[in-house]
Amino acid sequence: MTGIHLHINGAAIVDDVPPRLSLADFVRERRNLTGTHLGCEHGVCGACTVLVDGEPGRSCLVLAVACDGRSVETIEGFAGDPVLAALRRTFHQHHALQCGYCTPAMLITARDLILRKRAGSEREIRDGLAGNICRCTGYTNIVTAIAEAAQEIGKEAANAQ
Amino acid sequence: MKAPAVDYIRPRSLTEAVDLLAHASVEARVIAGGQSLVAMMNLRVASPGLLIDIARLPELLTVTNYSDAVTLGACVTHAAIEDGRVADPSHGLMPRVASTLAYRAIRTRGTIGGSLALSDPAAEWPAVLAALDAEVVLYGSSGRRSLKCTEFTTGIFQTRLAQNEIIESARVPKLSADAGCGYVKLCRKSGEFASALAVVVTDPRRGYCRVVSGAANGAPLVLADTSRLVAEGPCDPGALRGTISGDLDRASDRHFDDFERNLHTVAAMRAVKQVLV
Repeated sequence: MTGIHLHINGAAIVDDVPPRLSLADFVRERRNLTGTHLGCEHGVCGACTVLVDGEPGRSCLVLAVACDGRSVETIEGFAGDPVLAALRRTFHQHHALQCGYCTPAMLITARDLILRKRAGSEREIRDGLAGNICRCTGYTNIVTAIAEAAQEIGKEAANAQ
Repeated sequence: MKAPAVDYIRPRSLTEAVDLLAHASVEARVIAGGQSLVAMMNLRVASPGLLIDIARLPELLTVTNYSDAVTLGACVTHAAIEDGRVADPSHGLMPRVASTLAYRAIRTRGTIGGSLALSDPAAEWPAVLAALDAEVVLYGSSGRRSLKCTEFTTGIFQTRLAQNEIIESARVPKLSADAGCGYVKLCRKSGEFASALAVVVTDPRRGYCRVVSGAANGAPLVLADTSRLVAEGPCDPGALRGTISGDLDRASDRHFDDFERNLHTVAAMRAVKQVLV
């Protein structure tokens, strides 16, 4: 067991973990944050994407011990985030989810694309989503929803200037 | 699956890390971003007894901008290169390559040193750094040494890295103002490992030109005759195709089938076209 001290969704956490424990299993099993989903557990499906120190990362490929001193945001941690609020709305309007398994990670990835201004065209969005697999194959509606949220956020940013 | 049981230690310096590596009583593996190693552990392909976490060592995060080269610390992430957060000696080639490497959520953690250390035959950095004539700087129990990237990777997942050595940095020569770069990655889905890679770097002012094929069933393959042909300037497409084929045929140890030979030829032709417009 190794002692770790990290922030999850803003809350300071102290725990002892076996080094082999992934960040995904840590947030799901130790913190009951089950919005982070595990699909393939080897970095291909993208369902376990969370933010580590503000950047998206695969929580199945990050060991919890390696997050000592870091900040992690899971899908449960975005209350009040304007980009995620816009995405929630457009995902709802465009029926951008079927079974919902990939959705938390789709939202986190889409938010990152919008914030990095990589959601300007269908091609760009599809490229940016290549690492998130939806086996219901609902990509068309997901792409539409992200494009609309990106436009909304872009307009708000322009009005604010 | 889940990773097998393992011990974990986060040394405070590169010297301490090398010492741990050299004196471990179990199979010790260095972990930086872990984007290949943890996947291999989850698949139970790798089961080291000890992980030595070097991701935060300041020595390995240092980027130094010299007059003729840039050294990138081994733990610089692909995302930092993609975003231009570190000095770029390559006139945009390295950021362009980084943006095609796996997915953003992998690039934020995966490192340039990790990519070289693993030397997956389909990985981008071994081929791109070979084309840029970069060197890899290794730090071990008996000190520091440098190797050209063309010599460092010797085969499929095979390198000259010794058991008690850690990659410290990559030293990438700066391109002249009028240098040209071509880069083509052929894969069936954005972010996948390449089926074929081609990298072209021409720097007439330094008298330098190199064409490299990656994902070539072994170490990055320097296309020697093609490099000489491209150095001479614009050429007939038929002659170019023939020269690339000749280079690929001579690499008989790669056992290219017709499909692979065609993929590598197309990738190289397209990459050369980006340079010789």
